[in-house]
Amino acid sequence: MITFAKNSLHVIVYEGEGSRPLDDRARCELVQALLEKDCSITSVRQRGPAQNGSRHEFSNTGMQTGVTLVLGRFESEQPEQAEDAKSGNQIRFLGIEGLATAEAVEQVESLRRQLCGEPARFWKPWFPVIDFNRCTNCMQCLSFCLFDVYGVSGDGKIKVQNQSNCKTDCPACSRVCPEVAILFPKYKAGPINGDVVDSEDVRREGMKVDISALLGGDIYSALRDRSARAKSRFSKERDEDRALKERLRCLAKLQQQMDVPPEVLASLPSLDEIRRRSEEAKARAQAALDAASRTAAESATKPDASVPSSLAPRPSPLAPQ
Amino acid sequence: MTDLPRILYCHCAYAQVVPKEVKQEVLARLTSAGVAFEAVPDLCELSARGDGRMQQLVEGGQLRIAACYPRAVKWLFEAAGAPLPESGVEIRNMRVEPAAEIAAALLRPASVPAASTASRSDAAETLTPHPSPLAPPQ
Ligand code: SF4
Ligand code: SF4
Repeated sequence: MITFAKNSLHVIVYEGEGSRPLDDRARCELVQALLEKDCSITSVRQRGPAQNGSRHEFSNTGMQTGVTLVLGRFESEQPEQAEDAKSGNQIRFLGIEGLATAEAVEQVESLRRQLCGEPARFWKPWFPVIDFNRCTNCMQCLSFCLFDVYGVSGDGKIKVQNQSNCKTDCPACSRVCPEVAILFPKYKAGPINGDVVDSEDVRREGMKVDISALLGGDIYSALRDRSARAKSRFSKERDEDRALKERLRCLAKLQQQMDVPPEVLASLPSLDEIRRRSEEAKARAQAALDAASRTAAESATKPDASVPSSLAPRPSPLAPQ
Repeated sequence: MTDLPRILYCHCAYAQVVPKEVKQEVLARLTSAGVAFEAVPDLCELSARGDGRMQQLVEGGQLRIAACYPRAVKWLFEAAGAPLPESGVEIRNMRVEPAAEIAAALLRPASVPAASTASRSDAAETLTPHPSPLAPPQ
C-alpha cells in the first residue's frame, strides 16, 4: 500500500507587488523543475485573476493546503515564516534573487524535507476511474478484481476505494466492464484513456465480457493457470492438459486483448488464494446487488418513491449462481 | 488579459502519455504570457489522494484546464469528491491537440468564445457522447 505525504508542498512563484519579475525563460525553467519535484505551483503575476497586490493575500491565490512556500525576488526583507489568517496554514518565504534555477530548487527541496518530511514513495498513479454517466452499477468490476480495489459506497454504488492496490499498467477490469465505464487516464489507447466511446467500442467490450463468462468468469485464475503451465515445459501432457489446450489458446488471445502485463501475471497469488479472493469479491458484489434490490423493492412499495436507475440491480454474468 | 478565467496546467508526471514537447510548449507559452496560473505535477495523483486543492480549484469560478481527455479529467475530479461545475469549465487535451492551439484557447479573454474544434472527435467539447455540461461556450 502506498502512503502519501500528508503535507504536500505548494509553491507560489510570486512576481506581484514588492518583487522583481523573473525573465520568461527563468520562470519557465523554475516552474517546470518544481513540477518535476512534485510541487504544485501558483504563478502570481502583476495581472490576472490570481494576482495579489500584497503578500498578505496569499490565501486568495487559489490552492493552499498544507505548507505554502512563497518564492520571489523580493524587494524588501521578508519574515521567514507567517501564518495564513484564514486557513491557519503555515507560509514560508524564500528569496531567490541571484539564484540559478538549480540552486533555487535545491533550497526548496531542503525546505520541503524540513517542513513535510521525506517525499512519498514513488507510485505511478495508475488506478481505475469510473464514468458514472455510463456505469449501471452491475458490480462486475467488483466481482472481477481480486485486489480489493473496488468497494461499495454507503448508498450502494460501486466505488474505487483502494487505488494504490491496483496493478500498474493493467487495465483488465476495464475490459470486463460491459458499459466501457472504467477509465485509466494514463492508458495508451481509447476509449479506456477517456477518449470518446462509440458504439463499436461498446460492442467490442460486450464481446469480451462474453468471453470471460465462457471461461467461468474467473479470468485471473485461468491466466494464472496458463502462466504456471508455461513454466512446466517438461511436464507430461496429461489428458486434462489436452482438454485445456483450446481454452488456453483462447486465453492467450484474451490476455493480449486485455493487455495484462507479464509482471501482473507473475505476481498473481496461488490458485487457492485466487479462488478464495474471487469468492470473497463475488460475495461482496452479490451482497451489494441484493441490497440494491431490497432498496428498489422498498421504494416501489412507497407511493412517491423513485429509485435512481444506476442503483437498479442488473443480472451479472459473473455473480455466483 | 484582465478578464481571463483561472488556468490550470497538468504536468502529467509518471507517464509518457502526454507528449513532452506539447507539455513544454504549453508551459512555455503560459509562463511568458504575463498571466497568473495554477500548475500541478499530476492530476491523477492529486485525485488518488483526494487532495483538497481539487476542491479549491472547482470553487473559484471559471476554469480552463490543460490536461488530457476531458472525460478522464471530469471523472478524476469527481473521484476526488470535487465535481467540476456544470458550466464554466473548459478542458483542453494535450494528448491530441497542438500546443499552440491549446495555449491560444487558455489565454483568450473570457469574452471570446472557444474556437470550434468540431471536426475532431477528441476535442474539448466532446467530453462524452451524452450532452456535455463541460462543453466550452459555442
Ligand atoms: S463493471 Fe458495472 S459497476 Fe463496474 S464500472 Fe462497469 S458498469 Fe459500473
Ligand atoms: S489528468 Fe491526464 S494529463 Fe493529468 S496526470 Fe492524469 S492522465 Fe496525465
